[in-house]
Amino acid sequence: MELLTNFIRTLSLTVIDVLPVAALLVFFQLAVLRRPIPNWKRIALGFGFVLLGLTFFLDGLESALFPIGRIMARQLSSPEFVLGAAATPAGAAWYAYIWVYVFGALVGFATTVAEPALIAVSFKAQEVSRGGLNQWGLRLAVAAGVAIGIAVGTFRIVTGTPLYLYIIAGYVVVVIQTLFAPREIIPLAYDSGGVTTSTVTVPLVAALGLGLSETVPGSNPALDGFGLIAFASVFPIMTVMGYAQLARLLAKRKLRASKEK
Amino acid sequence: MTRQTENPKTVLPKRTIDLIKNFALHVLGACRDLVPIVLVIVIFQLLVLRRPFPQVFNVVVGLFMVVLGLALFVLGLEIGLFPIGETMAEAFALKGSLFWLLLFGFGLGFSTTVAEPALIAITEEAAEVAAGGGVIAADEATMADYALGLRLTVAVSVGVAIVVGLIRILKGWPVHYLIIGGYIGVVIMTAFAPPEIVGIAYDSGGVTTSTVTVPLVTALGVGLASAIRGRNPLIDGFGLIAFASLLPLIFVMAYGMMMFN
Repeated sequence: MELLTNFIRTLSLTVIDVLPVAALLVFFQLAVLRRPIPNWKRIALGFGFVLLGLTFFLDGLESALFPIGRIMARQLSSPEFVLGAAATPAGAAWYAYIWVYVFGALVGFATTVAEPALIAVSFKAQEVSRGGLNQWGLRLAVAAGVAIGIAVGTFRIVTGTPLYLYIIAGYVVVVIQTLFAPREIIPLAYDSGGVTTSTVTVPLVAALGLGLSETVPGSNPALDGFGLIAFASVFPIMTVMGYAQLARLLAKRKLRASKEK
Repeated sequence: MTRQTENPKTVLPKRTIDLIKNFALHVLGACRDLVPIVLVIVIFQLLVLRRPFPQVFNVVVGLFMVVLGLALFVLGLEIGLFPIGETMAEAFALKGSLFWLLLFGFGLGFSTTVAEPALIAITEEAAEVAAGGGVIAADEATMADYALGLRLTVAVSVGVAIVVGLIRILKGWPVHYLIIGGYIGVVIMTAFAPPEIVGIAYDSGGVTTSTVTVPLVTALGVGLASAIRGRNPLIDGFGLIAFASLLPLIFVMAYGMMMFN
């Protein structure tokens, strides 16, 4: 029974979320473009699937994964786990938190692989590039970026260094990479920074950041808990461009090897 | 065989069979997408917590729902969100009216963002941080005003971002000049913006792109780039989401500077 009421509540929330967009699409199609929506039954069915799918997805996450995820985030950032002591002694070294970085990275990687918005973008990218870009390669590259981002971001919380230094340094690297990366990948790489952080990743990552900044002495949860999401958006840009650069390098090497034969 | 064609009610139309086949494929894909999350949680549970799973039944039911939800979502993308986004982009290109296209883009960005639950949560938290820091009065009305102002700022900025991104596609400007220029602006503004707003601003770029917005916006960009001669859907079609995650940073910091000075 509880399952059902939860389901209905999530469904109505999703419908409210989607309603303005659907209204906008219908209004422009009928009033501005002034033509009937082609295949409108099939498209309405598709919208129904998306609504139902998101509801199942969110509800399932809420009942299966988020409770464990939150326990994980709390455990990871608790002093007993990190230092084997009931309270955090002042001045614990940054490497005492090594497992926090490792598990943070793993959580970031795993949640990004299941992120629906990323699935959508990589699906489209593979289709548009006619298979030249591999959907899985792209998704793994983004997930690796989020993993690195979370590891660096938790390190920042532990050491208490200012957020903007990291982000600005990250953008400098992005700018340099942009000069050398293949032209086709650049828009996609920039986009992937925005899609990494939605339904699955944000709740868990935010919980990790807030929990960690409560544990680390001298940090302020209201200020330091934010920012992990920013890390998860900058690093994928680098890894996606890196992935494309690596792919091009390997292709060139292969070409050279086959020429020498 | 002949009997089946004589009596179409007993046999499903080919499209429906294709739909079911696709759905089965997406279920398999969803299972694969969830492998990393399940692995991380199992490893954590067994190695770190060393406790049996709490509520195994809930977890199994939840995982089943997540798989079903992801598969439905991807199927809905294929037959609903992607086709409508692309056909509308084509129709706008045919109609040739810049005004309506840009108005549509603005509406799409604004309407999908303004009601976004993650954004509402983050603006409320931001109001508390600002009140705690003493930059705005700590009464409820002021805080609500501040949160609403922040929310509208972000929604307007996403609308403007889609408009800028669409103009870029029409003109064929390379995405990186605009984005890098934007990030330089962000860096300069970070130096002058009040510290209470910086963390929120950096995170607001990450929460704007919801699971329904991303496929629609991607389809709009790719469809438009495909419909205009001389545009490459891969190079010109992607990039809209990058603008949608960049402009909120600038707008939110500007909002903070206006409010606090």
